Amino acid sequence: MARLYEYQGKELLQKFKIPVPNGELAATPEDVYRIASELNKPVVLKIQVWSTKRAQYDGIQFADTPEEAREKSSSLFGKMVHNFKVENVLVEEKIEIKSEFYTGLIIDDSMKQPVLLFSSKGGSGIEEIAKECPDKVTKRYIDVLTGLKDYQAREMVRKTGISGKLQLQLGNILVKLFDVAKKYETRAAEINPLVLTSEGKIIAADCRITIEDYAVFRHPELGIEIAREFDRPPSELDKIAYNVEKNDYRGTFYFIQMEQGFKKGEGYVGFHGAGGGGSMMSMDAVIKQGFKIANFTDTSGNPPASKVYRAAKIILSQKNIDAYFGSGSGVASQEQFHSARGLVKAFREQNLSIPAVIRLGGNQEDLAVDILQEYTKDLPAPVEGYKKDDSADFCAERLRILVDKHQNAAVQKKKQELFLPKEPYTFATLTGTVTFDHAACLCCKTKACISACGPQILNLEDEKPVLAISREEAAKGKCTECLACELECEFHGKKATFISLPIPGLTD
Amino acid sequence: MAILIDENKKVIIQGITGREGMARTKLMMGYGTNVIAGVTPGKGGGEVLQVPVYDTVAECVENFGDIDVSVIFVPAPLVKNAALEAFDHGIHLVVIIPDRVPIWDVMEIVRKAKETNARFIGPNTLGLLSPGKAVLGMIGGRAETAREWFKPGNVGVASRSGGITSSIAYYLSSSGVGLSSIVHVGGDAIVGTPHPDVMKMFEADPETKGVVMFGEIGTSQEEQVADLIENGEFTKPLIAYIGGKAAKEGTRFSHAGAIIEGGRGTYEGKVKRLKEVGAHVVDAFNDISVVTKEVLGMD
Repeated sequence: MARLYEYQGKELLQKFKIPVPNGELAATPEDVYRIASELNKPVVLKIQVWSTKRAQYDGIQFADTPEEAREKSSSLFGKMVHNFKVENVLVEEKIEIKSEFYTGLIIDDSMKQPVLLFSSKGGSGIEEIAKECPDKVTKRYIDVLTGLKDYQAREMVRKTGISGKLQLQLGNILVKLFDVAKKYETRAAEINPLVLTSEGKIIAADCRITIEDYAVFRHPELGIEIAREFDRPPSELDKIAYNVEKNDYRGTFYFIQMEQGFKKGEGYVGFHGAGGGGSMMSMDAVIKQGFKIANFTDTSGNPPASKVYRAAKIILSQKNIDAYFGSGSGVASQEQFHSARGLVKAFREQNLSIPAVIRLGGNQEDLAVDILQEYTKDLPAPVEGYKKDDSADFCAERLRILVDKHQNAAVQKKKQELFLPKEPYTFATLTGTVTFDHAACLCCKTKACISACGPQILNLEDEKPVLAISREEAAKGKCTECLACELECEFHGKKATFISLPIPGLTD
Repeated sequence: MAILIDENKKVIIQGITGREGMARTKLMMGYGTNVIAGVTPGKGGGEVLQVPVYDTVAECVENFGDIDVSVIFVPAPLVKNAALEAFDHGIHLVVIIPDRVPIWDVMEIVRKAKETNARFIGPNTLGLLSPGKAVLGMIGGRAETAREWFKPGNVGVASRSGGITSSIAYYLSSSGVGLSSIVHVGGDAIVGTPHPDVMKMFEADPETKGVVMFGEIGTSQEEQVADLIENGEFTKPLIAYIGGKAAKEGTRFSHAGAIIEGGRGTYEGKVKRLKEVGAHVVDAFNDISVVTKEVLGMD
């Protein structure tokens, strides 16, 4: 779930006319001073981090004067809370609270419906409140199509013993909260506390809103960088990987870095799963062998070879990993040679120096394992491919054996040969470019690229491979980026093909 | 008998002209599924694998009468519209293959399905298959491999992971345990037909003698299955494996549904609850076939 900061959540509440305290976001103590001066009242300073325990970290402080606010805020900026560094502080007028309430809209997966909770007691978490005083908490499932009606909201409030004008005011907020949740497709939208001020106004003093990951694309105005919940700020590599996924709709590529800053020999594995369930099981298998997971990756849903290649390059860019482990469910419906080719291209470009075990069980597994093993034979490190009758546990054991054996092997980094075509013929694909060196193609006897081409979009013209379709069609996805032409040319032709698949932000 | 799908049901494919739609129509037809038409708005009048393509579901009904099943392959943002169109034209089973369907869309689909008395599988599903009869979705990938991997018999399979659906079904088949139907319920937090619903269908299917279930951390599906057993609503032997033992709380490992939130949906909690009601919870994935045979008194 993509989390919003408190100040972002309050912006959404305001759009639906749910009152929030007057205030502004500050990035420096000077900002704090200015905002506090403008408010001209005692203020509260609230660090903006993804944590529900800010008070425990002294992340919420009060100040009577702008000077005091500036002074107190200087210890807040740069503070570490969990794994997050405080970059912003919300400066708000201090509210005179008469009483506190809670309201939250969450999605109940077993009932498959949104459910609205209201409690006439606020402050702590709703679970605790419900346990301590169940008579103060009401909940109501809401029809997504018809929404929450005003009388229904007031009825909820009434059940907790509130009547009159206050019932009317609170009911009004509940209806608006549902509208916010629906409009921004939140996974959870909580106001806690919702307060009644000494002047009789209702104000959302704090809020916690998360946007559902799959809906983030419909809300670009929220500026969510990575649609996913993290317990730390996303790493550079997380961002690079996320952009690969975002810019290629074919199949799924999920990447999250689990550890950073580890050293060689500590047993960290670059983990490349396929399919959610199989990946988790394979992760368990590799951990059982005493390895640790540097990253969790899942490429599945029939991704093209190019996407698997990018995933592998990103995994391998984690400098100190000791091994590479690829394993999915073991019986994949997708044709596995695409994954094999993607891995081979990445392994070859990196001149792979760490052992790799890849479990390629599933459709076309024989061909997939052949490609993987045959085309990595000349690499410094061993690469083993396995099929559907080999369990994840067995493959993890093989990795343990290879790593133990390989530990002291000295590997020299081979200098990568540059591809400098004399007579380049280039066409664009959906996410890259294919180049043939027609000068070399002339004396090629096999023309392996033509027969290897998955979608069969190449023709021979004057003994040279050219597109049999229009360049536009190739660029729009008719070239499936199966990578077969490059690999077959390298092994059976004149090494005259290169497919460039850039990964923005990734440096070797 | 089998659950949900057999060779006689009339099936249409929404999104038949896309990359996946086309490839999987070939699988489904090759395996024996009765695919009668396809729908892609704007591409009506054409054909895919000799199947007529229409702009709308309404035209399918006009030409072929009542339709039993629709399998949806359209991009995630268009899924809601496609599903509502299917329900509006009396289709009672809709299989939603794509992943990344926004959850508020899914809740609207749920609402509409209830209103029209229909059921849906997915989203984010590989589909379902009744060995020797028919397949909906992409299980097996190709018809010949699907035939090779999955053998007919009396054990049902239900799973929250697509790949694991195929692998359990393959390992059971190759160890001599045949299958009645296999269902991937989908990897998302809200799915149309979660495990408890599938269990009820297997309970009602006389051909199914026992069920293998692959559960995962997150959601309360497995706990609800335990409730069904406790209440006597599911009485057949259940062999279960729960994935995600090593996952840490609050981190999502690719399946949107596989996340532990607020201490709910943990590995330990699910295993304990299932064991309490007498389900056979298997610790090692490789033991599933052996335990299934023991429990069902095979060999």
